[in-house]
Amino acid sequence: MFLRTANPAESLESMKNEPKITSELVAAHGLKPDEYERILKLIGREPTFTELGIFSAMWNEHCSYKSSRIHLRGLPTKAPWVIQGPGENAGVIDIGDGQAVVFKMESHNHPSYIEPYQGATTGVGGILRDVFTMGARPIACLNALSFGAPEHARTRHLVSGVVAGVGGYGNSFGVPTVGGQVRFHTRYDGNILVNAMAVGLADADKIFYAAASGVNMPIVYLGSKTGRDGIHGASMASAEFDDKSEEKRPTVQVGDPFAEKLLLEACLEIMDKGCVIAIQDMGAAGLTCSAVEMGAKGDLGVDLDLDAVPTRETGMSAYEMMLSESQERMLMVLKPEKEKEAEAIFKKWGLDFAVVGYTTPSKRFVVKYGGDVMADLPIKELGDEAPLYDRPHVAATALPIVHAREVSAPIGVGAALEKLIGTPDMCSKRWVWEQYDHVILGNTMQRPGGDAAVVRVQDGPKGLALTVDVTPRYCEADPFEGGKQAVAEAWRNITAVGGKPLAITDNLNFGNPERPEIMGQFVGCLKGISEACRTLDFPVVSGNVSLYNETNGRAILPTPSIGGVGLLDDFTKSASLAFKADGEAILLIGETHGWLGQSVYLRDICGREEGAPPPVDLAAEKRNGDCVRGMIHAGTATAAHDLSDGGLLVALAEMATASGIGAKLLAAPAALVPHAYWFGEDQARYLVTVPEVEAGRVLAKMRGCEVPCLRIGTTGGDAIAIAGEAPVAIDTLRASFERWLPEYMSGTVA
Amino acid sequence: MKAAILVFPGINRERDMARALKLISGNEPAMVWHAETSLPAGTDLVVVPGGFSYGDYLRCGAIAARAPVMDAVRDYAAKGGLVLGVCNGFQILCESGLLPGVLMRNAQLKFICRDVHLRVERSDTPFTRGYNAGQVIRVPVAHGEGNYEADEETIKRLEGEGRVLYRYCSADGVVDESHNINGAAHSIAGLVNDNGNVLGMMPHPENHVEDIMGCTDGRGLFAGLVQHLEKAA
Repeated sequence: MFLRTANPAESLESMKNEPKITSELVAAHGLKPDEYERILKLIGREPTFTELGIFSAMWNEHCSYKSSRIHLRGLPTKAPWVIQGPGENAGVIDIGDGQAVVFKMESHNHPSYIEPYQGATTGVGGILRDVFTMGARPIACLNALSFGAPEHARTRHLVSGVVAGVGGYGNSFGVPTVGGQVRFHTRYDGNILVNAMAVGLADADKIFYAAASGVNMPIVYLGSKTGRDGIHGASMASAEFDDKSEEKRPTVQVGDPFAEKLLLEACLEIMDKGCVIAIQDMGAAGLTCSAVEMGAKGDLGVDLDLDAVPTRETGMSAYEMMLSESQERMLMVLKPEKEKEAEAIFKKWGLDFAVVGYTTPSKRFVVKYGGDVMADLPIKELGDEAPLYDRPHVAATALPIVHAREVSAPIGVGAALEKLIGTPDMCSKRWVWEQYDHVILGNTMQRPGGDAAVVRVQDGPKGLALTVDVTPRYCEADPFEGGKQAVAEAWRNITAVGGKPLAITDNLNFGNPERPEIMGQFVGCLKGISEACRTLDFPVVSGNVSLYNETNGRAILPTPSIGGVGLLDDFTKSASLAFKADGEAILLIGETHGWLGQSVYLRDICGREEGAPPPVDLAAEKRNGDCVRGMIHAGTATAAHDLSDGGLLVALAEMATASGIGAKLLAAPAALVPHAYWFGEDQARYLVTVPEVEAGRVLAKMRGCEVPCLRIGTTGGDAIAIAGEAPVAIDTLRASFERWLPEYMSGTVA
Repeated sequence: MKAAILVFPGINRERDMARALKLISGNEPAMVWHAETSLPAGTDLVVVPGGFSYGDYLRCGAIAARAPVMDAVRDYAAKGGLVLGVCNGFQILCESGLLPGVLMRNAQLKFICRDVHLRVERSDTPFTRGYNAGQVIRVPVAHGEGNYEADEETIKRLEGEGRVLYRYCSADGVVDESHNINGAAHSIAGLVNDNGNVLGMMPHPENHVEDIMGCTDGRGLFAGLVQHLEKAA
């Protein structure tokens, strides 16, 4: 029945039950009048209701990247170790020995604001599916979470729900959640960000792709049944929020980690048995997007028979089935001779298995239901002819540089340190990551709380260094430098544990692209990301764009989260940030000017969120970082930590609190304002410790390779003691570091 | 050692367990699917690993406890065979009636993953002979429902018969409420059945068996079992 090509005009005429297409209906589907004109021109007739739904799913911002595509083309995506760049379910890089790492990060922002637990779970579930769809077994998850101000009425509820949701899914699925970021800022009050990253391991010669091949091949539906949940989820993610957003709760999907775990095992098993030609997970816009992508990428048509789709509700219409975003579902093209074997594997795991269509030579996307043809569209054009906008953009006005001499210190250095390390952004996130199983699989060598997590690859000796980073306030103040900084910091995090940075995934969260200043932020950040990736040889292999992150016209801070993956050839040659012993030399690598603009010191101690952010010298990043990595590999560096928010003294305090070993420090150099020296956020810097006997040799060597390196003190004692200042006890710092989040979540502070 | 690890849908620490057993005993354990009705011939240790069997839907361990393979495990245990249940495995053993009591939601109502200290209460059992009585070991926990409860009489019996083998404690072995991470009755982390051949415990010794993890305190449990079985053979 699938080979017979129906007469579209005749069949489409016969659909009496679907609503009439009106301009209101078109608008309700998020399609602009000129976009609707484009549809009419493309198909030469009025679309059916189901077809309108399909177009709205394929042409919304989330799926079509219509505002961002033009700019994404500028990103560097190639390197000798890149097996698959952007455009597939996830990026793939070669780590040698026939092994490949598959990874991607994706946002689930809008659903998580409306229903935090389910929004977060399905975010994690979706990204895990992207990774195992390509034939990789997930080995780690990370996430970047941005919440509103702590005093905002919803923040506590959202933190609680999102963290429980991230944990609830990952813990049950059985993947360690090893790292991430948590921040608070009033600009996320009405629009939180939940960015989830998954990393998987595969055989480099057994990667699976979405492109179908061969005519008349069975298209198989696998996994959970289809329900009415999540209809128009992708369209919701492509619209701004307002006070009525609560009403969108029914568009949030519900996650089932148990079903996903079964789907993982079943998929890997049938891949292993050689049953699969192509595979695509049903994520945003569900059956529509997955089926169109498989056909279009393979230059084939697809005939779908919705009567065969397993449903969990009765009376679902074609429109609802095509737009459902029910979770834990996959679409595959199977080798016909392996169909029975594959079915037996799925039945063993208790999952639905149904042949729901066939590939055709027609290059048409035909959807049949109850004997009627509900949609008959040109399959390539559904994707290729999606609108593409070069939206107007204006660059942000450059902010003035804040000179350290113009910033007076309201409190002493020690008091400032104690306060900074206990602020919502800087404090320990233990309360969060203790709700994530971060030790399962037995490969987590460096747990959350360090610069980057280190995860062993199978039985070693290789390891992966994994991190997520971005500094949104820098991006807001100067999108170009902020974009550079996000990449540079991810690169630095990996370097500080001894990893060789290989590639990134980017999750670009911005406001409404129809506003030129927002588009300006996007374009600026992207240029910065591109430049940093190019200079650091750190290409983008996958990513996701999330626009329209605003509520009642107020946009989030521009937040291009960067997920980085690096390789350790031998995980025993890695470093952690904790001081290792008393009496070791503490070295500061990189140049310190005392840059206070956009620093957390200026914001949280002086109450001023202003100025230009620190500039990023990418050549210095590379030079300094390569040097630090070399010291780690040579076994000279006993501890290493990159400098970021809070600058030198906060980094030092983190090394001390992680170990219980204090430090005696020389006074700030006379040429610098002390609080700018201690808390300035100049880039391209690291702290390392080396045994005392090595100090002289290392300093001489650094001078030789033109890497600024300064001996700033010695480890030891139970306090951070700066010459001429009152010492701050480690116990005091640790108490401040650990106090805020648990107290906040228990409701005892604002 | 000829260990058999049970695999229920949703179990997810079976690989961790298999790796630890292989590392310490030298033998690859058999993986036994839940639908099986018998255990491999010659099995001398059955392990019910951690995870979320059947998604922990209905009640942790409740569905797995009724799986076909559990009848074989009950027979095996009745004949004195050694059974080790960790985390979800402990919950499954309680639900299947092989161990008394129940594991409720953690007192603080959150999932918790961190290293904890356990006091080994006695060393004269197959499950603790790798340790000294009173020794403190450090192993991770990762659970949302590890709060052990039983009726007063059962707890009294467990204590009276010395069936509590592991208890949550401080780094120097002090057992008190501030170190009772999930609110368990009497800080119970692990206990045996009345015959002493079935152990259930919430913490994960299998995740602390390698030097490179910074701690090998979990080895003693498995090494003790290997010794016990060698001696018996």
